[in-house]
Formats: sequence, structure tokens, C-alpha cells
Amino acid sequence: MHYCPGCGHSIVTKLIAEVIEEMNMADRTVCIPPAGCAVLTYNYLDVDTSEAAHGRACAVATGIKRVLPDRLVFTYQGDGDMAAIGTAETIHAANRGECFTTIFMNNAVYGMTGGQMAPTTLVGQKTTTSPFGRSVQKEGSPIPISEMIAILNGAVYIERTTVTSVAAVRNTKRAIKKAFTVQMDKLGFTLVEVLSPCPTNWKMTPLKACTWIEEEMTGTYPLGVLKDETAGAPGREAANAD
Amino acid sequence: MNAPDAACAPSYVPRPPSRYIVSQKSNLKLMRGNTVVGEAAVRAGCTCYFGYPITPQNQLPEYMSRRLTEVEGGIFIQSESELSAINMVLGASVAGARVMTSSSSPGISLKQEGISFLCGCELPAVIVNMVRGGPGLGNISPAQSDYFQATRGGGHGDYRVVVLAPASCQEVADLTMEAFDIADYYRNPVLILADGMLGQMMEPVTFENYSPREIPEKDYILDGAKNRPSRINRSLILNPQMMEEHNWKLVRKYKTIERNETRYEEFMMDDAKLAVVAYGTAARIAKGAVKRARSDGMRVGLIRPISLWPFPSDIIRKRASKTDLFFVFEMSTGQMVDDVRLALEGRSEVYFHGRPGGIISTPVEVLRIISRQYYQKELGK
Ligand SMILES: Cc1ncc(C[n+]2csc(CCOP(=O)(O)OP(=O)(O)O)c2C)c(N)n1
Ligand code: SF4
Repeated sequence: MHYCPGCGHSIVTKLIAEVIEEMNMADRTVCIPPAGCAVLTYNYLDVDTSEAAHGRACAVATGIKRVLPDRLVFTYQGDGDMAAIGTAETIHAANRGECFTTIFMNNAVYGMTGGQMAPTTLVGQKTTTSPFGRSVQKEGSPIPISEMIAILNGAVYIERTTVTSVAAVRNTKRAIKKAFTVQMDKLGFTLVEVLSPCPTNWKMTPLKACTWIEEEMTGTYPLGVLKDETAGAPGREAANAD
Repeated sequence: MNAPDAACAPSYVPRPPSRYIVSQKSNLKLMRGNTVVGEAAVRAGCTCYFGYPITPQNQLPEYMSRRLTEVEGGIFIQSESELSAINMVLGASVAGARVMTSSSSPGISLKQEGISFLCGCELPAVIVNMVRGGPGLGNISPAQSDYFQATRGGGHGDYRVVVLAPASCQEVADLTMEAFDIADYYRNPVLILADGMLGQMMEPVTFENYSPREIPEKDYILDGAKNRPSRINRSLILNPQMMEEHNWKLVRKYKTIERNETRYEEFMMDDAKLAVVAYGTAARIAKGAVKRARSDGMRVGLIRPISLWPFPSDIIRKRASKTDLFFVFEMSTGQMVDDVRLALEGRSEVYFHGRPGGIISTPVEVLRIISRQYYQKELGK
């Protein structure tokens, strides 16, 4: 097992596996995990998988999904990956309404490289590169990347969840399943943001990490559906056929 | 619903085939270099193009945006950046498509990350660089100053990209078509290194010189693991022993490419005492100068590398026994000259002339230098 004890990655990877199985899609799926702890999913998901350079998952996914429009394609990205180095790729893929899903693992730090500050790091949060706590004056405010994407036309379903309790885990699974279903209905870009514990870099026990998410992180990143334009929305095909 | 099958692809109104000026007498078409690349690519089976506008290659994405609507499964995306474009290329390539991107110098710098990944993952792709003056934003005039970047690899890691340097629109057509086969055959990116001059120039071309190669089965494609075990495309190899093994495997492949894909043209080299070594647009200029030098009675020839990697070192070394001076002429401050020196291993003298920054020498200027060198070194004796 490559993930640290109490890490959200292992839970969400398992959820993805369960959803793919339930949807009976294992032989029609392509997963794109770029750099970050996310990349290790290819050790655990028995589906076709392509790495991507740090931040470029949404561009790689665009290439794959355009060539193979009837496959289930999803990227699996950390916050540094998606909200820092890959902002452009993410926003433009969403804006084009690319019909793939992004599972966005927000743990408010760069996990794999040892806990440096991420664009999503909370105000006041200490990291190895914000040792005195993130300050708005010096580092800017946390980027609400999902909210930013939600205002784009091409994005049709965006939900923020967490994995801090059994109920929350179930809810995340439901959200992933919905995103995948919406994708297969070719409605547009779908995103599930998961507030995910990184006990190692937060220097907390797994339990304390879950409490911290519930008490601190959800204040900056409120849980719930940020956008759902799937009900009655015409598919991308229909929209394009006008 | 009559939507096109490519689900998320934008809808389009098919347009009539692109307008060439077609000769009545032959199948030659008068076309601009940039559009020649596009047409050749489509004829070689390229169905995907991803790119970001930059002068002097814009006619190519413009052409593809129209032309690929006429192709089954054709995909064109004007990406948000070159970084994005090359990574879309990676995605389409791993999904099994024939795919191309193009740019000019500053844009190619941005593509280097993706090129390194394509090499690491052993994925085919065709990349076109219509080189312009640099460094930095430089200008939009033709130049050859990206030779090092192209042949040494501007990205990280021990890797090689096949680099083909056409010198005419016809060769642009031939080499572009060939590039897709080479890329697929070896599972390696191929770079077409031309310049703004070739991109803008109009010449008659035919696309009939292409005979497709037999390509090994693409057993790496990711399209869902139906009736087979799942596959992983990656260049991340954390185990150092396995990483080393992977690199040696790449080296073996590069050696095979060196053996099979080295290309060059020799012009009037049989009795030449002085050989001009030049590629692409510079070689065209040099050829004019060589012809004039010959009519003036000088024993001068031209060696034109067509593949810049693999570099035709053997033929240059072979010629050293009879040729006393190798005059390297480039539209840069001197980059290929290093490869010529390496090839000669001190066997013969090397003289360099180059003009950077988008200045194009005239044949008369090159002839003047040839004559001076020829008589100063008493090669006429
Ligand atoms: C171009 C490039 N820059 C930097 C890195 C080093 N790097 C690897 S993972 C990573 C950050 C990962 O953070 P995040 O995306 O939040 O994922 P996490 O590990 O927290 O799941 C960085 C900076 C890299 N691989 N490539
Ligand atoms: S470093 Fe953090 S994100 Fe990475 S595996 Fe460990 S807990 Fe998970």
C-alpha cells in the first residue's frame, strides 16, 4: 500500500473502483492520474490508465475522450495539480464542455512532495513553505477552483464532498456515480471535489484530520452541489446538432 | 438524433474540398508550405490536430480546422496553450489516433515537456516547427536557430526525437507523410524542422510519393480493457534498476533508427574539394551557390542532411578522404557545425558561415565565401 494511514486517496480510489464495477464499465474506462499522490492509483485500479505530466491531466483526457467518445474517461487530480500548475488545462477543458469527469482531491497541501503550500491551503494554515501560516497579504486567499469552474457553461455537474464519516463516504460515492453517469449521457464536464485528509503532512492523527476538515476546511470550502444542470439538459450531442 | 458520432466534437457544416490551383497537365497542386503539411498529414491518416496560433505557421492550423471536418473522426482543437496542445497530442496518441501539432520556436519551447513525456512513454506523434528568429520572442522571420533544441532535446531526460528537415514544398509533403509512419513504426515522436520561409513559400507539389509502411500492431492503446488485461501508459518508473533498463531499451531503439532512418542528399560531391554542408532553406541557397561555383570551374559540392537526427555522420566522414574543406552554412550562429565537426573527428578542416535573427543570405553571398575559401586554401590545385 502506497498511501499513508488515514489518507483520503485510498478511500476514494476504492469508491471509484466500486462505481466502475457497479456501472459495469471496467472494460470501457480510461483513468488519467497525473503527478501527486494521485498517480499511485494505477497500482490499485484495474483499468486502462495513462499518466500525465503534473497539471496536464485535463489536456490528456481531452485528447483521449475526443478520440474515444463512448468510453468513461476521468482524471484524478490533487489540488496543487489542478488549481496551480494545471489551472489553464482544467478551466479550458471545463469551458469546452469536454465530456469527462475530474475527481479533484483537495487536501489543501502538496502531499507527494512533502506538504508545501497549495493554492487551496487555508488562511493561517501552516505548511513547509508557509511556516508562519498562509497570509492573504503574502500568498493570497485560497482558490475556490470548483466555484470558478461552476460559472462556466461547459460544466454541468459539480459537487463538493468529503470522506470524514461513513455517511460522507457514501455521499462521495453517490456523487462520483452521478458524475460518471452524466458523463456517459454526454452532457458536459463533470467534477467531484473531495475534501480529503492528508494526516501525514497536516501532522495530525487520521481522526483529528477528519475533525479538522469538518471544522475548518468546510468553512472555506462548503460541501454540497455547486452546480447541477443535468436535469432536462440537452446532451452535448443535441446541443451541437442545432 | 442525427448528431455526429464524435459525441463531444463540435458540430460543423462540411465545406467543399479546399481550393487548390490544380494543374491541368499533371496532378501537381500549387500550395503553400504550411498547408502542404496539413494536406500531407491528412493523406497519411492524421485525424487529430491540436495547436495554438503562432506566426509564421498559422496557415497550418487554419487549414486543419477546415480540412479535418472532411475526415471521418477528424478532431481539431485550438488549445489554450502549446503545453496543452502537446498533452492533448499525448492523449490522442495513447488512444490510438494519428496526431499532429505544430508551432514555431517559442511555442516549441513550451512543448518540450510533452515531447519528453511522449518519448518516455514511447508514443508516436508528429510535431512541426516552422522556426523563427530567437531567442525569446525574437521575430517572425525564417531561422535555423532551434537546431540544438531539436536534435539534443529541449526537454529533460535521455531521449531522441527523429528530426526531418525538408528543403522544398515537395519534400515537406513527402517527409510529413513519411513522418507519421516513422513515428508509428518506432513509437517515437518525429519533428519536422522547417522555417518560416518554407512555410510561406508556394510551390507545385504532388502527394503521390507516399507508400505507407507496414506498422506493427499498436498493442499499447488505451481504449478500455475489453477482452484483454488492463494497460498502463507511464514514464514514471520509481525503481532505479527498471528505470535504467527502460533507458537502455530506448537507446537500442535509437540505434535502430540511426541505422534505418538516416537521410541526406549529395550534390556534385564525386570530385569535390570543398563541400558545403547545409540543410533546409540554407541548403537551397547553398545549392544555387554551388551551381555557380561549378560553372566558374571550382570543384565544389553540397551535402544536405535531411534527417538532422539521426545525423548523416558516416557520409561526411567518408567524404573527408577526398574533400579538404567542409563549409557549414546555417541560418544561425553555428549549431549543426558541431555535428559536422564530431562527424569529421578532425579529419578535415571546417569553416562556418551563418546569419542569425531571420536574415537570409543570398546565393551570391555564399558564393563569395566559397570562392574566397577555395582559392585561399588553394583547393583548385
Ligand atoms: C513539472 C513538475 N513540477 C513539479 C513536480 C513535483 N511534484 C510532484 S507531485 C507535486 C504536488 C502534488 O500535490 P497535489 O497535486 O496537491 O497532490 P497530492 O500529492 O497532495 O495528492 C509536485 C509539485 C513535478 N512532478 N512536475
Ligand atoms: S502524503 Fe498525504 S495525500 Fe499523499 S498518501 Fe500521504 S496522506 Fe495521502
